[in-house]
Amino acid sequence: MISNPASQPSETNRFERTKIKEAVIEIVSDSGEGAQKCGQSLGAISAKMGNGVWTVEIIPAEIQPPARSKAGASGIRVRMGSNKITNMGDHADLVVALNEQVLYGRIDQNAYKPGTYLLIENKWATHTEETAIAYKESIEHFKELGYYIFEIPMEKECLKHVSDAKKGKNMWVLGLLCNLYDRDLEIAANQVKYIFRKKDEKIIQSNLDLLFAGYEYANENFPMHFTIPSKLSEEDYVVMNGNEAISLGVMAAGIEVCSMYPITPATSATHAMAETIESAGGIIHQAEDEIAAIGFAVGASYAGKTAVTITSGPGIALKTEFIGLAIMAEIPLVIIDVQRGGPSTGLPTKVEQGDLLAVLYGAPGDAPKVVLAPSTIEECFHFVILARKLAESFRTPVFVLTDANLATGVQPFPRPKIKAEWFPEPLDQSPWKEGVKVYDWDKNTGISKRPIPGQKGGMYTLTGLAHDEDSHVAYDPAINQRAVESRSRKLAALRETLKPPTIHGDEEGDLLLVGWGSTRGAIEEAAERAREKGAKVSSIHLRFLSPMEPGLKNIFDKFKKVMTVEINYSDTVGNPLITAENRRYSQLAWYLRAQTLTDIDCLSNVYGQPMSPIQILQRLEKELNLTLID
Amino acid sequence: MISFQPDFCEIALPEEGHYSIEDYGSSKARWCSGCGAHTILHSVQKLCEDEQLPPEKTVFVSGIGCSSRFPHYMKTYGFHGLHGRALPVASGVKFRRPDLNVFVITGDGDCCSIGAGHWVHGIRYNMKMVVLLFDNSIYGLTKKQTSPTSPLGTHSNTHPRGSVIPPINPIQSTLGFANVSFVAQTIDWKPAHLNATLKKAFDHPGLAFVRIVQRCPIWMRDTYEPTVKDPNALTLLDHEDGIVLDEKAKSTFRHIEQHDPSDLLKAREMAELVKETTPIGLFYQNKNAIRYDEYGAHNLGISVEERIGAINTLMDRYAI
Repeated sequence: MISNPASQPSETNRFERTKIKEAVIEIVSDSGEGAQKCGQSLGAISAKMGNGVWTVEIIPAEIQPPARSKAGASGIRVRMGSNKITNMGDHADLVVALNEQVLYGRIDQNAYKPGTYLLIENKWATHTEETAIAYKESIEHFKELGYYIFEIPMEKECLKHVSDAKKGKNMWVLGLLCNLYDRDLEIAANQVKYIFRKKDEKIIQSNLDLLFAGYEYANENFPMHFTIPSKLSEEDYVVMNGNEAISLGVMAAGIEVCSMYPITPATSATHAMAETIESAGGIIHQAEDEIAAIGFAVGASYAGKTAVTITSGPGIALKTEFIGLAIMAEIPLVIIDVQRGGPSTGLPTKVEQGDLLAVLYGAPGDAPKVVLAPSTIEECFHFVILARKLAESFRTPVFVLTDANLATGVQPFPRPKIKAEWFPEPLDQSPWKEGVKVYDWDKNTGISKRPIPGQKGGMYTLTGLAHDEDSHVAYDPAINQRAVESRSRKLAALRETLKPPTIHGDEEGDLLLVGWGSTRGAIEEAAERAREKGAKVSSIHLRFLSPMEPGLKNIFDKFKKVMTVEINYSDTVGNPLITAENRRYSQLAWYLRAQTLTDIDCLSNVYGQPMSPIQILQRLEKELNLTLID
Repeated sequence: MISFQPDFCEIALPEEGHYSIEDYGSSKARWCSGCGAHTILHSVQKLCEDEQLPPEKTVFVSGIGCSSRFPHYMKTYGFHGLHGRALPVASGVKFRRPDLNVFVITGDGDCCSIGAGHWVHGIRYNMKMVVLLFDNSIYGLTKKQTSPTSPLGTHSNTHPRGSVIPPINPIQSTLGFANVSFVAQTIDWKPAHLNATLKKAFDHPGLAFVRIVQRCPIWMRDTYEPTVKDPNALTLLDHEDGIVLDEKAKSTFRHIEQHDPSDLLKAREMAELVKETTPIGLFYQNKNAIRYDEYGAHNLGISVEERIGAINTLMDRYAI
C-alpha cells in the first residue's frame, strides 16, 4: 500500500496565481536523465485536467552524447493551454535545465526569448573548478541575453529523500512544475504510480516523495505561480504520440502482417503495438533488411493477408524496387513513411518533410500510387485504416507520410470507437469466376479484382514484367500503353471521390498558405494570428497528395499570392547564383506549380525543427508589409 | 450422388480432382534447347502429380534470371518478382498461409549474389518450402557474365582473361547458416536422382535447400561437358536416411560414399569434396529445427470481437 507522506503539501493555494491562457515549458538535460518522462507526464496530467496539450521531444542523435554538451540537449517541450493546442508554439516561457550547457543547443535554435524563465541545477557551481567556471560564465551570459535565472539546488533537495539523485530528479522537477502551473496533485500522483506500475512499492513511494517534495519546494522559492483554466470534456479522450496512433491504427485496420526493419524515427510505431498486435490478429515481422521487409509484406499481401511496412526515408530508398513491383503487379500494400532529415543518413532524429517527391516519383517508369499525409495525431490513427481500405479497393500501394514531428508529438483526441467494419473481409477462397481475367481493367476506373492463391481457377503468374490482362508477358507494345493507362486511371477514379480542401479563413485575399502533414497546427495558428491583425491570409492543408485534392486551381486564383509552408529545402532568391528563374523550389511548391500552372512561392527550411507560428508570421510580415508580431 | 468410395467396390471410381502431369503445365518453356532447366521443369511437374498438389494451393516464387522464368511454365499460382528477392516474398506468402505449398526457384546470381542476404536469413527462418537453386555458374539471361559460382578462371564477358576470385560453394555456405535444416545437391541430367531429391525435399518439415547443378549449353558447355560425360566426376552420397535410389540407378555411379545426413560436421567436410568430384545426395537434414512459419500461424483465426477487445485494452493505456 502506497501512503502519501507527511510532507505532502496540504495547502495548494496559499498565494495568488496568475491566470494564463497557455504556457510553453521545456525540460532539458543530458540523455538518460528522464527529462522526457517528466515532460510526458506533465502533458498527460494536463490533458487529464482538460487542457489542450502538444508535446515535442528534443532528441540528440546519439544514445549517449557527451555529458554537459551543446550537442547533447535531450528533453521535451510541453505546450499546454486552455484551448486546443496544435503545435509546439514559438518561444518557451519556462525552462528547467539539469545542466546549463545543454541550453546552448536550444538557444541556437531560437527556442527562448528575453524574459524566459530558466530554472537551472546549481550543483555545477560547486563541482570541479573547470565546471564551476563554465557554469558561472554561462549564468552571466544567460542574464545578458535577458533570461530570468533561478539557480536551484535540485540534487541537494532530492538527496533529502533518496540516496541517488540521478534517478528521480525528474519526478522532483515534475512536482515543482505541477505547483508552478497549478496541476492537480492527485492526478499527478496517479500518473507517477502509473509510470512505475511495474516497479516495486519502494520505488513508487520514493518517486511520490520526490514529486511532493518538488511541489513543496515551489511553494516557497518562486515569485511566479500560474494557473491555466481548463474544461473537462464529456467525451472520452486518449492522449498519445503519432507513432502510437499509427500502432493502434495498424491494428484497427485489421493488418495481419506488419513487416519492418529498425529505423529512426519510425520504429517506435512498432514498439507501441508489439505487446498487443498478436492478440489483435497480426504479427510483427522484423526482417533482415528494408528490402526484405517490404518483400515479405508484398508476399503476404499477394497471399491475401493484409500487410503494412513501416519505415523512414532511407528505407523508402531501399524499398523502391519493390514499390515499383507492387504498383506494376497491383498488390495492395500500406507503406508508412515517418520522414526524417535527408538525404542519406541525414538527420535521423530530426524533422523534415523531404520524402514527398521521392515517394511520388522515386521509381523508374510511371509508378502512380496513392499518397496520404495525416496532419494531426488523430489522423495518424484514422489514415492507416483509410490507407488499408484504399489499398484493397484500388489494388495498389498506399503511402502514409508522417514525420518526426508527428511521430513524437503528443496530443489528446477523442477516443476512437473501434468498428468491426474497419477490418477486412475474411479471405475469399471461393472459385475464381471462369473467363474473368486477372487484370480485368475496368474501362472507366482501371480497377480490377485479383485472385488469391487458394482460389480454384484463378491460377496466374504475377510478374514485374509488362503484362496483359492475363498477366502474360507483353510482347506487343500496345499492351504496355494500355496497362500503364489503366494503372494511372485508378488515381483519376479515386480523385473523383475527393472533395476540395477546406479553406481556413476567407475564400479570397492577399495570401494563401498551403501546407501538408505536421505543419498544419503552426500554419493555421499563424494565419489566424495574422488575420486578427487585419491581414488577408487564409490557409489550406492537403491530406491527399496523390491523387491531388480537386479544385486547387480555383482556390489559388482567388488569392494574390500562393505560398507553401514546408519543412524541406528550397533555394533562396538573392543567395549567390540564385535567381527567380533558376531557383529550386520546395517539394509541394514544385508539385503544385506543375499541376496548377500557378506561380507558387514557398517558405521552407531544413533546420530539422518543427515549424513554429512565429517563423511563418515573420515571413508574412515581409510578404504583406504589415506588423503581425507583438 | 455418391459422395464416398465404398471399400467393397473393386472398380476404381474416377477420382474427383485427380491431376495429371499436363494439369501443371502452362505455356511452352522458352529456355534454350539443351538447357538443364527443361529437365527440372519436368521433374517438378512430376513431383506435383505424384503428390497430387492442388494447383490452386501451390505457389512458385522466383526472382529474375533464366531459371526465374519457371513459374510462367507452371499452371499453378506464380510470382515472378525481383532479382534476388524471391525468398522474402516466398516467406511472406508462407508466413500466414500454412495451407499453401510454396516453392522458390532461384539461380546462382539471384541467390548467391544479389539475394545473398536473404539466402542467409531465409534459411534461418526455416519455413516449410522447397528452394531450388538452379546453378549453372553463369549469368545467362544477360549473356555470360561471371557468377558467384563460376569456377576460378572462367572466361566471361566481364572477365575475358578469366575470373579472378574463387567461387562460393553454395552447399558449404548453406551448411554454415543458422537453423539450417535440409541441404541436398543433385544434377539435372540424372532424372532418377533429381526426382528422388525433390521428393525428399518436399517431404521435409522445414526449408529444403536443393542445389541443382545445371547445364548451360550456350555459355558453359566446356565446364559441364566433362562432368556430364565422365562417370568419375560424380560421387553419390548414400544413406538409408538420405536420397534413396534403386539398385539400377545406383549402379550408374562409380563413386559411392556413405554419409549420415544427421551429421552436420561431416556434411561440411563432404561439401569440400567438390574440389575433386561433384558430390550429390542429402548432406544434412534436421527435422526438428525451429520453424518460423509455425510462429506465423499461431494466432490465425482470431475473431473480430477478440481483436477489438485487444485494441481497446491497449487504447485504455492512453485513456484520459
